[in-house]
Amino acid sequence: MAALPLVYPHPYHLDVLTTSLLYALLALGLNLIVGLTGVLHLGYAAFFAIGAYTYGLLNLRAGWPFWPSLVPAAAVAGLFGVGIGLPALRVRGDYLAIVTLGFGEIVRIAFTNLERWTGGPNGLLGIDHPRLWWPGHGIFDFGVASAPYYYLVCAAVILAAALCVRLSRSRIGRAWVAIREDELAAACAGIPVLQLKLLAQGCGGAIAGLAGAVFAAKQGTITPDSFDFILSVMVLAMVVLGGLGSVRGAIVGALVLGSLPELLRGFDQYRMLAFGLAMIVIMRLRPQGLFGRSSHASAA
Amino acid sequence: MLRLDGIAAGYGRTNCLHGVSLEVREGEVVALLGANGAGKTTTLMAISGLVPVRQGRVVFQGRALGGLPPADVVGLGISHVPEGRRILPRLTVLENLELGGYLRRDRPALRQDLERLYELFPVLGERRRQLAGTLSGGEQQMLAIARGLMARPKLLLLDEPSLGLSPKLVVTIFETIARLNREGMTILLVEQNAYLALRIAHRGYVLEAGRLALTDTAPNLAQNPQVKSAYLGG
Repeated sequence: MAALPLVYPHPYHLDVLTTSLLYALLALGLNLIVGLTGVLHLGYAAFFAIGAYTYGLLNLRAGWPFWPSLVPAAAVAGLFGVGIGLPALRVRGDYLAIVTLGFGEIVRIAFTNLERWTGGPNGLLGIDHPRLWWPGHGIFDFGVASAPYYYLVCAAVILAAALCVRLSRSRIGRAWVAIREDELAAACAGIPVLQLKLLAQGCGGAIAGLAGAVFAAKQGTITPDSFDFILSVMVLAMVVLGGLGSVRGAIVGALVLGSLPELLRGFDQYRMLAFGLAMIVIMRLRPQGLFGRSSHASAA
Repeated sequence: MLRLDGIAAGYGRTNCLHGVSLEVREGEVVALLGANGAGKTTTLMAISGLVPVRQGRVVFQGRALGGLPPADVVGLGISHVPEGRRILPRLTVLENLELGGYLRRDRPALRQDLERLYELFPVLGERRRQLAGTLSGGEQQMLAIARGLMARPKLLLLDEPSLGLSPKLVVTIFETIARLNREGMTILLVEQNAYLALRIAHRGYVLEAGRLALTDTAPNLAQNPQVKSAYLGG
């Protein structure tokens, strides 16, 4: 996988793969919230947007380079996760879905209307690409090539996946799963439910913020319509397709759903139709997702 | 050990409890009886911090619990086994038990407790790797109680342990509860099955529409004509 750009340097395919891996990063983050903790979040794209704009603004207004900007991008998105969680997590089920959906839309609309800072619908232009000091080559600018971003996103996915696996096996991860399975039972066992849900939102938000900064650096231009509701739904579909709570599933789900529309280009204008059909077929065949823990047990 | 002083509690804006006072002394089994909707479950939830107490005081071992979140209440030594068992069907028996010991950091002691519980409930030991949802109803109730015990409580709140079980299993569960008590556990037991509850309890309280209607020793309550006609089917 790592040597792919060397043996197969087709920039278009590499680009599709990089985008899919960026989705995988988002799916990993959302998996903490929806998959492990069981909190349905329909506005996840907002954290992605917040990360992207954090880097974009820091870079354009304050001249921050890419690498140090990753910290505030993740932190701001994570804080928004906790901040929106405080009021939102007081409601449950359908209402929570509506509140998170509203949050996603508010953030996008705010970025559209705060023209003075965000450039409004035109977005932020001319954001710096990452630069890296490379032994023997001096400063290397990522520019608009495909391969460096592929490596960057690959590394980010591997790091995030390792973090998620560790988290899910930790005390925190087990508490998240208990909350997902039965909130009352979790509370009875002494799990501080609200705090742990906030933590999940914070971690999930931070990962999306990181992804957003990478996205902004790769594109060089960000506009609010890159962060619409459809993106939130797509990432959610990736998590569900992969299997709720599964790290492997989130990555594979993102790779499948991220590259499927491109693989289906042959269907021409029926492409999205074929895409929808493929999703329905997969979910019929494996309702628990590709890597979900199958449950033959009935909740008696 | 535990004292409720005129507590009012409920969900949303309405109260379901209107000034309930009761006491549980160390080493006792206290039965909390009453019809559906009398406020038995709400009383337990008020003690464990799952519903807010609006008036009155909950005092446990000299400490007021008012406003403490459920996690802190568990930490102080009150374990609540909720109504309907609420085991996690998609996790294994062992994972369910580990959940019960969530707040504890003393690993070796946890392992010992696990072994002790497997002795008390051999079926759980045999099925520790099995998904909890594949257990029978009675086994699930055992698991729910065992999970509650994993927190090493000083006081166990049991909500309707006989719910949905066959008469034979109900007897087994009650024998287990009586045994736990003989081994030193203090228990506050909410039950619809007043007959069995009063057989293992020392004292009992009867709730009616969120208020205390009666309190007496268990044998006296079992003989009380009011209780007999209302809850004992005769």
